[in-house]
Amino acid sequence: MSGLVLFRRGRVIDPRHGIDGVRDVLVRDGKVAEVSEAPLQVSGAEVVDAQGRWVLPGFIDLHVHLREPGEEGKETILTGCRAAVAGGFTAVVAMPNTKLVNDSALVTELVLSRARAARLCHVYPAGAITKGLKGEELAEMGELVSAGCVCITDDGRPVMNASLMRRSLQYATLFDIPVMVHEEDLTLSGKGAMTEGPTATRLGLLPIPPSAEVAMVARDLVLLEETGGRLHIAHISCEGSVRMVREAKRRGLNVTAEATPHHFTLDDTAVGQYDTHAKMNPPLRLRRDVEALREALADGTIDAIATDHAPHGVLDKQVEFEKGINGVVGLETALGLTLALVHDGVLSPSKAVELLTHGPARAFGLPGGHLAVGAPADVTLVDPAAEWAVDAERFFSKSRNTPFNGRLLKGCVTQTWVGGRLVFSNGQIQEAR
Amino acid sequence: MRHLLGIDGWRREEIETLLDRAEAHLPGGSASTPVLQGKVVANLFFEDSTRTRTSFEMAAKTLGAQVLNWTAQGSSVSKGETLLDTVRNIEATGPVALVIRHRSSGAPHLVARHVRCAVINAGDGTHEHPSQALLDAFTLRRHWGPLDGRTVLIVGDILHSRVARSNILCLRALGARVVVCGPPTLLPVGLKELGAEVTTKLDAALPHADAVMCLRLQLERQTESFFPSTREFARLFGLTAARAEKMKPDALVMHPGPINRGVELAPAVADGARSVILEQVANGVAVRRAILEVCS
Repeated sequence: MSGLVLFRRGRVIDPRHGIDGVRDVLVRDGKVAEVSEAPLQVSGAEVVDAQGRWVLPGFIDLHVHLREPGEEGKETILTGCRAAVAGGFTAVVAMPNTKLVNDSALVTELVLSRARAARLCHVYPAGAITKGLKGEELAEMGELVSAGCVCITDDGRPVMNASLMRRSLQYATLFDIPVMVHEEDLTLSGKGAMTEGPTATRLGLLPIPPSAEVAMVARDLVLLEETGGRLHIAHISCEGSVRMVREAKRRGLNVTAEATPHHFTLDDTAVGQYDTHAKMNPPLRLRRDVEALREALADGTIDAIATDHAPHGVLDKQVEFEKGINGVVGLETALGLTLALVHDGVLSPSKAVELLTHGPARAFGLPGGHLAVGAPADVTLVDPAAEWAVDAERFFSKSRNTPFNGRLLKGCVTQTWVGGRLVFSNGQIQEAR
Repeated sequence: MRHLLGIDGWRREEIETLLDRAEAHLPGGSASTPVLQGKVVANLFFEDSTRTRTSFEMAAKTLGAQVLNWTAQGSSVSKGETLLDTVRNIEATGPVALVIRHRSSGAPHLVARHVRCAVINAGDGTHEHPSQALLDAFTLRRHWGPLDGRTVLIVGDILHSRVARSNILCLRALGARVVVCGPPTLLPVGLKELGAEVTTKLDAALPHADAVMCLRLQLERQTESFFPSTREFARLFGLTAARAEKMKPDALVMHPGPINRGVELAPAVADGARSVILEQVANGVAVRRAILEVCS
């Protein structure tokens, strides 16, 4: 490999630098070497004809469950990375709620070494806030950060103890990392199985009121104001939460937020007749919440689209609704669902790309997310016109739990490049030789 | 063959046809043929029951069927067998219908997606209890004729009541007005979308009702602080003898059973002249014969 790749005549969208137009992009030794409006003539370069394609910074997913170590039947770091690059993601943040919790350098290093072996995309581990995710004592944050964790989170669980939450925000200022929070007051969500509303009442499912999320967002914004740390709100799902984050940002608080494609696409009615594929935490909300999320994606209140990719086995879902495990896989449907917002006129193409690239990079201070000279050559090529139907059987993820099976989407990833190396092309993973 | 998973989705004509058929299944009625001769109906009760189980059993037997009575207690459920494995194994023994009661809302819907025989919902979690609603409507119809314009007041724990949900849908489909009443903590949002009017003022609602249906108060809800005590519940939402005086003279008193006597319903009212509670039970057999006939 010469190390020279030329993406010729694609529509380059680099929201960080305000670029949206036809460009040639030259990559040298794994980095962006030149971005040119005029066609480039480079001898010895591998030429990628990108006419009719979008040439984008590789997508960054702040919220992914790779399940390894501990639940390799659902996903492994290798299969999760395959799903990521197939979905156009060149970097993912791996949640710590594995069956060996990532609350120590030992687990962080294992994740990193498996990710290196997979050689597909960047994997950034997230460490636990509390030991064993028990919500009792702080995990050794310094050790986690030196081993490579980019944030801390007890994702899947809230930190119910407000004092502990306050201290974790304070202590994290030592390392300038975000504290990512799963906002759920367990005393309010209780035994609830879906969001409060007419669908829950019709189905006779115990309701989870929006206050279970909104009250915790409020609490943590109050704590953030006192501590001055960095707060990142995971999978924000309610109108009320959005309003609070918008207000907090207006007042200059250091808060960021992400929303998932399922929350900005589906409402509670997707539960239908007890479809456990529409069961997740936070639950699918009401139509007005979906509208509020879309507005917040457009106006910058929400920084990033993150999938909360949560692989589960068939048997975890083929049970009574209230017993059904929470979560959906999301890496391979994220782009199509995001572009649906573009087709619906909710987002401009540039804003949609920002929410998948620069937005998450900026929120967590990660490299990549743009295509300036010197940036890592993490590049995703998209055919914006390609129409396709989601077929869960063809996912690269080990798991099939999606409420979007059969859904028609417009826009698909044709190639994914990481560090100047082709890792996914036309439906095939390009495993490292 | 069809399933009876809930009243949700049944049209007025379908309900009326079934109720008409139930008339024929009353003692001395025209439908005396043993249409289920040589067939097996399986009663699968994952949750306890007296009335519904014996009523379905009686209905099936008097139609000539053999009845397999299965209860979760003493079964492989305690060994961790999944719901689907349990029902698929029972289905393999050859019943024409599975009558299922389960503590999880939607359990019969899950089963119906995975078996070939008919599934009849005998009460699922806090979702629906369609055979109860049909026998309630049948009982009212026998007293009133058409239900159009009549008002039925349902009182108590609406949030956790499958009887309430099925009755709201069934009574509304048949043209009645349904008012639900209970403490705000036990009134879920979205009842209006189901078709019910909602009030918390029992005394104001009572004089306008043509029938009052008291729901069983699940006593464990007190420990979950849905209300302060059964004493206070009885004071505010119990149908006492004094309150019953506010009802229309010819208004009917109903209860799906089992009754917490002295909590939601005073014994004198439960056993009084306006009570149709035992009629409900008797009519249940005829209605369930009609259900088994339609579904098997």
